[in-house]
Parts: sequence; structure tokens; C-alpha cells
Amino acid sequence: MPDTPMVVADRVSKSFGSNEVLKSISLEVKRGEVMCLVGPSGSGKSTFLRCINHLEVVSAGRLSVDGELIGYREANHKLYEMRPKEAARQRRDIGMVFQRFNLFPHMTALQNVMEAPIRVKGLSKAGVEANARALLARVGLAERADYYPAHLSGGQQQRVAIARALAMEPKLMLFDEPTSALDPELVGEVLDVMQGLARDGMTMIVVTHEMGFAREVADSLVFMDGGVVVESGVPTEVLANPQHHRTQAFLSKVL
Amino acid sequence: MTDTAAPGGKTEPGIKAIRLRHPWRNTFAVVLLLIVALFVADAAMRPAYDWPAVGKYLFDQRISQAAFVTLQLTVYSMIIAIILGVTLAIMRLSPNPVVNSIAWVYLWVFRGTPVYVQLVFWGLIGTIYQSIDIGLPFTDPWVSFPTRVALSAFILAIIGLALNEAAYMAEIVRAGLLSVDSGQEEAATALGMSWFQTMVRVIVPQSMRVIIPPAGNEVISMLKTTSLVTAIPFTLELYTRSRDIAAVTFETVPMLIVASIWYLFFTSILMVGQYFLEKRFARGIGDRRPDKKADDATASITGVTRVVGSGQPTVVLPPTDPHKGDR
Repeated sequence: MPDTPMVVADRVSKSFGSNEVLKSISLEVKRGEVMCLVGPSGSGKSTFLRCINHLEVVSAGRLSVDGELIGYREANHKLYEMRPKEAARQRRDIGMVFQRFNLFPHMTALQNVMEAPIRVKGLSKAGVEANARALLARVGLAERADYYPAHLSGGQQQRVAIARALAMEPKLMLFDEPTSALDPELVGEVLDVMQGLARDGMTMIVVTHEMGFAREVADSLVFMDGGVVVESGVPTEVLANPQHHRTQAFLSKVL
Repeated sequence: MTDTAAPGGKTEPGIKAIRLRHPWRNTFAVVLLLIVALFVADAAMRPAYDWPAVGKYLFDQRISQAAFVTLQLTVYSMIIAIILGVTLAIMRLSPNPVVNSIAWVYLWVFRGTPVYVQLVFWGLIGTIYQSIDIGLPFTDPWVSFPTRVALSAFILAIIGLALNEAAYMAEIVRAGLLSVDSGQEEAATALGMSWFQTMVRVIVPQSMRVIIPPAGNEVISMLKTTSLVTAIPFTLELYTRSRDIAAVTFETVPMLIVASIWYLFFTSILMVGQYFLEKRFARGIGDRRPDKKADDATASITGVTRVVGSGQPTVVLPPTDPHKGDR
């Protein structure tokens, strides 16, 4: 089904107690599309991203990836909560990269990349290692395979984190502010790797403040504020000619 | 740091200063040494210590056997306590309220009563429950045997010590698990790892660094708590055994010294073991080398560093290769 969208969000809402963080978000991400989610902090963009791989449970609406409902099974017009095992199976195919890298500090870069394919997919160690080394080479860190995260720079750690997510061969990659915790001079190396991924046709949703990246790499840009999608469209157009006053106000501060 | 060194390795000459003197330190040390020397000389002469008797009983077979029993009690009860403690800690963190409450009640009972009282209870178990029956309630049991035969004083001592200790280990383990950054669990979950895999592969190994120092404390504490199993009564461990010998020979003080030497010997070994365990679990995290950001951009200029303001003359470190900064 190459024509069906990869991600479909249909009126997705999320509340923490009485605090409604997402208000009826509807959007689609096509296969091979790179979508950038931008907006002020607290606008709900990270929460939305976390809903996509069920790290947060949506309160209302439907969210599906590759035609499969996330977190629930539907039968006889009723929704059944998934068992943790089924949710874990869905997450395998969705890679996620975090703002604070979250590498496993007690494992070397190579072990970080090898962990999930061995434990989750049950693949043999030799094949996984060859693949992991190839992935580290792809993010430019072949030399650092045996380093512990504490001995890598932030940019290097984030590139290992990307390799770790890629090792599960995901069909969708989620990036939660991947460069926000980095020193300015290290941002470029991470964005380069992400750009390479986009070129290879990976479907990506990127929460970011890097407007340059959004303009050059993204196929679509979604501006969120206060838990709603305020404006979306082709990045160059939205950035050059924002229609909504909230978008204008935000862009005037960050550009 | 601008005036430190050129990349070529040429440094300024080190500061040649007269070191700050600490006359009181030396005086205090000398006084202390004198007092210790006086005490030792006095103790060596004092008849109550009876050193020949200490020497005679230190390697007495009854004592060394009792020391071995003490060690067995410590090791067995600690193994059970750790397994049970980890289980209880995970139960306490479980989202399942039933499991959580069971662990809470367990901790409440076993931490809330003195271990001595618990041991007396275990000693009386054979009186309270005279036989152990296996079968359906209100029918004739399939198997039945007297409690006193099934559970020796040695086994009761281990059970008593282990169940009490498990409550404390549970809290230590729980603190360790909570000390791991929540991002770690999230990252593992996002990779599709199950809760159990996340615990075993990611959370527990990292929590060990926090768990081991207090757990080592507990082992040492357990070694000494074994002297309480006389409450069961179990009499073959080190302290009770040396008291029994003293009761016959009237050499109370020398026997106490003998027991103390053995306890000290074991705790010393345990401390060495703890040191190596701590080193093992500090992998990747433990070594605090702040500017070991082995980054391409900065690597070439970290050649020579100077320690400033530490009260010492200039310390020039040899140029290290940051690419081999790993162990």
C-alpha cells in the first residue's frame, strides 16, 4: 500500500489531568516525507511526537502508523487497550531520537547500537555487529565504536543515538528536538546526518527550532501553538509568508 | 587558561614557592602517636587481656569452625535477602496496586520489629506450628512432618536473618532504581524493549553504582548481626561459641578479643570485595574526567593543562592522546 500515508492523526487530543495539551490535532505524513513541527515551548509538539510511539497515551481521537492503530485494537466498533507486548512490537518499527540523547551510559557506542536488535529482534550477534559498525560508519563514528558515551561529545552522542534507532530498521523516525541540547558548533554534524537520512527516503517527523533545516530539508512544516495546528504547508512558503499572526510573531523571534 | 601553553608543548617555568607549613598537624600527630604507644604498651602488660590465651584460642578448632559457621550464615542469608530484596523493590515500583501493597506490608512488618524479636519468633515456630502439612485445607494432609525435624536451628537462623534483611535491601535497591534517569527507561521502551528487558539490561546495571556502597554496608552489618542468632537458639556461630568457651575457662576478655579479630578479618575481606565491585559497575560513568570531551575540534589543543589555585606548584600533565582517552 505505497499510497496510504505513513502517519494519520485524526482529531488527536491529549490531557494531563485538566490540562489539555493537544486539542484535536489532525494531520497526515506521507511515505518518505520529512515533516518539521515547530512552535513555542509548551505548544504540545513534543507531546504529539511521543503519542505517535505510545510513550504517551492519547485521550481522544485516532492515531495510526502504517495503517495500524497505535496503542489500541479495534474490533466490533470497540477499542481494546493493547498489552505491553503488542505496544512494544509497534514501537520496534518507530525509531525515536531524544533531546538529551539518552544513550545507555554503561555500554559503549557499539553496544548501544547492538542492544535492541539482539534483545528485541533476537538476531545473531555477528550479523548485528557488522550492521552496527556499518551504521556507526554511516553517521561518521566508525572510529568511536568502543567509546563510552561519557567520552563522546554531545554531537557524537546524538549521532550514536540516531544509529541506535536506525539499527531497528524503522519505517518512521521521530526526532524530539535533536539539536536543542547541543553546543552551537555541534548542531551541524547532527543535521547533516538527518539530511542524509531524508535523502535516503526515510519518513521523518522532526520537532525542531532549526528553521534552516526546516527550509532546506523538510517537505512540510507544521506550526503548533497552544495545542492546535495553527498553520501548515510547504516550508519555504510558510517561513517566507506566514498567514497567521501567531506564526508571524513566532517566526519574527526565531528567524 | 589563555596564558597556559602553546600547542607545541612549550610551557612557562613552574612556580618556585616555599610551601605553606602546617606545624600543628605535626604536633598533633606526635601527641596522638604517644598516646597510642602508651595504650599499647599498657595493654601488652595488663593481665586481664591475657595475650597468651588469645594466641592459644585464635586458631582453636572450635573457634575457626564457629567463624566458618558465621561466614556461612552471612553469605546464605545475604544471598536470599538480595534476591528477595530486589523482588520487593520491583514490587514496590510496580503499577499493580495488589503487588505494591504486598511489598509495603512486608516492609512494614519486618522493618517495624527488632530483628532479635523476629529471631525469637523463628525459634518458637516449632512450638507454634508443630507440623508442616501439605494438602487441601480441612482434609487429611497428603504429607505431614514435624516442624522441628524439617527446620533445623541453622536453617531458622538463615530464614530469620534473611527475611529481616530483605526489607532493608528492598529500600536500598528501590533507591538505586529510582536514581536512574527516566530518559533511560524511555529510550529502551522506544526501542521496543519489554519492561523486563529494560529493567535487567538498562536500569539495574546503572542502579548498581548507587546500590553497592550501602549494600556492602549491609553485608558487613549482617556479619555482626549473626551474633544475635543465639536468640533462636543457635549456638555454633562465632560469638556464642567464644562466650561458651569463656564460661568454662573464665577467660572472658581474651575470648572477646579472639572473636573481634575474626570479625575484623572477615569485614576487611568484604571491604576489599566491595572496592572491586564498585570499580566494575562504574564503567562509563564512574571516572570523573571533566574535560574529556574527546571531540575532534578540541582534541588537538588539549595537550598541557595547568592546575590553578590548588595551593600546589604548577602541575604539568604529559600530553595525552584524547583518541585513546578510553581505558
